[in-house]
Amino acid sequence: MAAMSMIQALNSALDVMLERDPDVLMFGEDIGYFGGVFRVTEGLQKKYGLKRCFDTPISEGGIIATAIGMGAYGLRPVAEIQFADYILPAFDQLVSEAARLRYRSNGEFWAPITVRAPYGGGIFGGQTHSQSPEALFAHVTGLCTVIPSNPYDAKGLLIAAVESNDPVIFLEPKRIYNGPFDGHHDRQVKTWVNHPAAEVPEGHYTVPLGKAATLREGREVTVLAYGTMVHVAEAAIEETGIDAELIDLRSIVPLDIGAIVASMKKTGRGVILHEASRFAGFGAELSALIQERCFYHLKAPVARVAGWDTPYPHAFEWNYFPGPARVAAALKRVMEEN
Amino acid sequence: MAEHLTLHIPKPPTRPGDAPDFSHLQIPPAGALPRPDSATPARELRDLSDGLIRVLDGEGYAVGAWTPTIEPQRLRDGLRAMLLTRLFEERMFRSHRQGKTSFFMKSTGEEAIGAAQSMVLSPRDMCFPTYRVLSWLMARGYPLNDLVNQIFSNERDPLRGRQLPILYSARAYGFYSLSGNLGSRFGHAVGWAMASAYKGDDSLALAYIGEGSTAEGDFHEALTFASVYHAPVILCVTNNQWAISSFAGIAGAQEATFAAKAAGYGLPGLRVDGNDFLAVWAATEWAVARARANLGATLIEFFTYRAAGHSTSDDPGRYRPADEAAHWPLGDPIVRLKQHLIAIGEWDEARNIQFEAELSEMVRSAAKEGEAVGTLGKSKPPVSEMFEGVFERPDWRVIEQRKELGV
Ligand SMILES: Cc1ncc(C[n+]2csc(CCOP(=O)(O)OP(=O)(O)O)c2C)c(N)n1
Repeated sequence: MAAMSMIQALNSALDVMLERDPDVLMFGEDIGYFGGVFRVTEGLQKKYGLKRCFDTPISEGGIIATAIGMGAYGLRPVAEIQFADYILPAFDQLVSEAARLRYRSNGEFWAPITVRAPYGGGIFGGQTHSQSPEALFAHVTGLCTVIPSNPYDAKGLLIAAVESNDPVIFLEPKRIYNGPFDGHHDRQVKTWVNHPAAEVPEGHYTVPLGKAATLREGREVTVLAYGTMVHVAEAAIEETGIDAELIDLRSIVPLDIGAIVASMKKTGRGVILHEASRFAGFGAELSALIQERCFYHLKAPVARVAGWDTPYPHAFEWNYFPGPARVAAALKRVMEEN
Repeated sequence: MAEHLTLHIPKPPTRPGDAPDFSHLQIPPAGALPRPDSATPARELRDLSDGLIRVLDGEGYAVGAWTPTIEPQRLRDGLRAMLLTRLFEERMFRSHRQGKTSFFMKSTGEEAIGAAQSMVLSPRDMCFPTYRVLSWLMARGYPLNDLVNQIFSNERDPLRGRQLPILYSARAYGFYSLSGNLGSRFGHAVGWAMASAYKGDDSLALAYIGEGSTAEGDFHEALTFASVYHAPVILCVTNNQWAISSFAGIAGAQEATFAAKAAGYGLPGLRVDGNDFLAVWAATEWAVARARANLGATLIEFFTYRAAGHSTSDDPGRYRPADEAAHWPLGDPIVRLKQHLIAIGEWDEARNIQFEAELSEMVRSAAKEGEAVGTLGKSKPPVSEMFEGVFERPDWRVIEQRKELGV
C-alpha cells in the first residue's frame, strides 16, 4: 500500500498493465516523452520504451481509429484524449465503429480499447476544458462509460477497463486529480494525503465495472453521484445533517441498477447529481429508471442538480458548477415533500 | 529484406540536456527562389513547396524576385504591430503569474505572420485565426483595453465572461470567433470564401492552423473543399516546430513539408520564412492576387519557431533543450524587420528606443485601466450574462434556470 493521488494511481494502473501484458500499449497527444499534460503517463515511455507509450498527431479521430484497428488485431490499446472536450472529432469512430464492431461482425472482430480522457469543470478552463460529455456515450449501446471518484477506484477501474474486451470510455475528473474537491472553491485546496481512498495497493487489482459503491448509508434520501460530485455530495450531506445514503455509481454503463433500486426503495427520495448540463443529461435516465422501478415507493419527486443548460461559461464557473449550496437546497426540498 | 516488421515512432533530434541542433534543417539563402506569376498552374509550382521563400538577407537587405514594394511607413506600422504584440503579451503573461487571469498564451517569434497578413488583406476580408496571431489585431488597431478586459474576464469583457482569455472575437477587425478546439474553423474559412463567391462579392478568407493541428481531419477537409470549389481562400499553416511537447515530426514533418501537402489537392503550396516580414507579405500578396483573379486557394506554410512556452501551463524546458530558441536559424522577426528599416535608412536605434518606450507605456496604461475595472474573480459581467446568447431567443429552460439562480 502507498498513499497516491489519483494521477499516481492511474499511472500505477498503466504501469501494472504494461508490465503484465505485452499487448498493452498507449498513445495520445503529448503522452510519450512528456508524460501527458496532466502527467498521468509520466515515466512510462522511459520505462517501457518508445513503442509502448508514444505521442500521436493531433487527430482524435485518427487516435481512436488507430486504436480500434490495433484492438481488432489483438492488442489492448489505451488511448488518451487530452481533454474530453476534444473527443468529439472521434465521435463517429466511437459510435459507429468501436461500439458496433462486435455486433455487426457477429463476433469476428471487436475493439478492446480504453479511451482515457480528463473531464469536468472546476479549473477555470472555459468552454473547452470543462465539459462533461458522459451522457453522449451512455446513449450509445456498446460503449462502457466509467468515472472514478478517488485514487483507489481509479486504479482498480482502469485495470478492469484495460482488461475488458469491450470499448471503455474512462473519464477522469481532472479537478480531483490531485485532491478531493467538495465544491467549496473558496476554501483551501486539499490533497489526497490522509484520505482513506488514497491508500492504493502497488500491484494488480480490479474494481469491477458496473458495481456502485455505497459510501454512506442513510435512511431518508438516496444521493446518486459520480466523479467530483461525489465529494460535493458528501459536503452537502454533512452540512444539512440529513440522513442520506450516498451512492457513487463509478460506472454509468454498465449501471448498477440493483444498488440504485434497493436504496431508492429504502429511502423513497432521490437526488441525482452531475456537472453536465441538466437537459437530457445522465440524470434524466436515472430519474426515468427510478420512476419505472420504484414509483410506489417514492415519497417525493426525484430531484436533479446539474450544470445549467448553457455552454460552460468561463467567468461564471462557480455560478454554473452545481456546488454544495445547490445540492443542500435540493436535499432539503425533497425532504419537505411527503 | 527485413525478417520482421518493426514499428517506426519518430523522435526529435534533441531533448533537454542536449545541445540545440538545427543542422537537419536546410535553410536556403534569401532571394534564391523565382517568383512565378500568381496565375501559374499549381503543378508548375512544386519547387515553392520544398524550398523556402525568403527576402531578407543576413544584413537586412531585401533580395530576389519575391521582394515586395512596401512604403517605409507601412514597414514601420508593421514593426509597431509586432513590437506591441510582444510587449503586450509579456505584460499579460506576467499578469497571469500574479493571478489576474486564468490563462494566457504568447506568440513570441511568430509576430510577423499576423502583422503582415493583416496589412495585406483588406478590411472586407475575414481571418479565421488561431490563438497565436494577436499581431493581426494589433496591426488593425484593436483597442488594448478590450483585450485586457477579455483577458481579465472582468465586467467590461467584450465576450461577457463566456470565453477563455485570448479566445477573442472581433468581427469589425476581420477576426473570426476563436475556440479552444484546434482546427475546427479551418473549413469555416472555405465556407466564408465560397459564400463570397456565391454572392459575387470580393471578400476573401484567410485561415490559420498550427502544424500540429494539420493532423486533424478539418485540415484535409478544408483543402478538399477549397480545391473542388476554387474557393477564394488563403490557408496558412504556422509551422512553429512544436505542438506543446510534440515536435513537428509527430505531424509528419520528417516525411514531407506542410506546403507540399497542397500538391495532392491540386493547390499551390508556398513554403515561406515566417520570421521574415517581407517574405510573409510577398507570399500573401501572391495568394491574394490569385484568389481575387478567381483562381482559387493557396496553401502557405510559414516556417517559424515558437520561442516561448506553449501557454502559461507549459514549461518547454521539460521537452526541448532549454536554449533552443536562441539557436533558431531564422532569427527574431522583430529584430530582422528593424534591421531592414535601418539598412534602408528609414529607422535608427534612437527612434527605436523611443518607440519601444511609447508602446510600453501604452501597454502599461491599458493594463492598469483593466486592473482598475478588475481582474479575474474580482470583477465580472453580471451573472445573467451566463444565460444570454444560447439561442437567439431564450427557451424555457434558460428562463427557468435563470430564475432559479435569481439573476
Ligand atoms: C481538438 C483539440 N485537440 C487537442 C487540443 C489540445 N491542444 C491545445 S494546443 C495543442 C497543440 C497545438 O499545436 P499546433 O497546432 O502546432 O499549434 P501551436 O500551439 O504550436 O501554435 C493541443 C494538442 C485542442 N485544443 N483541441
